[in-house]
Amino acid sequence: MFRNIAVPFLNVLILVSIALYLIPPGFISKYLGAGSGILGFITAALVGSITLIPGFISYPIAASLLQQGASYTVVATFMTTLMMVGVVTLPLESRFFGRRVAILRNILNFIAAILIGLAVGMIL
Amino acid sequence: MSAYFQKMKPYLLITAFAVSVLVSYILGFEPGEVIAGHFAQSFIEMITFIPFLFIIVGLFDAWVPKKQIEKHIGPQSGAKGILLITLLAMLQAGPLYGAFPVAYILYKKGAGIRNTFIFLGAFSFMKIPLLGIEIAYLGIQFSIAKTVVALPLFIGIGYFMEWYLKDKNFTIRDLTEQQTDKRRTS
Repeated sequence: MFRNIAVPFLNVLILVSIALYLIPPGFISKYLGAGSGILGFITAALVGSITLIPGFISYPIAASLLQQGASYTVVATFMTTLMMVGVVTLPLESRFFGRRVAILRNILNFIAAILIGLAVGMIL
Repeated sequence: MSAYFQKMKPYLLITAFAVSVLVSYILGFEPGEVIAGHFAQSFIEMITFIPFLFIIVGLFDAWVPKKQIEKHIGPQSGAKGILLITLLAMLQAGPLYGAFPVAYILYKKGAGIRNTFIFLGAFSFMKIPLLGIEIAYLGIQFSIAKTVVALPLFIGIGYFMEWYLKDKNFTIRDLTEQQTDKRRTS
């Protein structure tokens, strides 16, 4: 029983650590920084959706981005997609909910995350 | 041979990863060492919440009667059910994939489709430990703005999922259940 649970979770961790290596904090700061505009917004949404970066790493990055003058819209979209959408964890999610529902949930959450990012950018 | 391969398939990634990390350390290959570092960090994060999570899920399964769950957060529970499931989600910790086993047990106990998905939504952005870090780094205005916009959207997603999955025999499966299913079919 332990094996059935441990193996899929370890697989997720392996994918997460490879994704973290491929998309280092330097990359994020460079492409989401001040004046990154619409391209920064798209990069934020895509990187945030694909990867899963733990809060203790992502929030310091987000704070320093804002200090350097990045827009709230870009930073908020990055954080919301990170929290709500998980492409690397999709195989694990599919085992619980079935593939169709897992994909649907991620698509709906992606739309919600974008709307939240835009709204937070407008409010703040 | 192919039967053996099928049996070992789940371990393929783990084995390949372990060998790559070992070789990286022997040869001093830096990317491998960096990835191993990330893995160690995430692993520590995971083992701090996983045992706790499974104890909660286990106790919940054994002690909380289905009737109570159905009554308070079941399909007919309305606004009070949404409030309760949101509060329950706020008390959780860990990354989103840690919520899947909890969603499984909630659904099994009769929480209903709508509230199960509201749970997943609220878990993703309203956990108290997460709000703590968020307020510290991005300020309370950020958390308030995010929550005010996000909560109605995720309640909406809950209603949508309920409507969409209503007649589709939707179930959430436990990882251990699947293993027995596989054995039965093969």
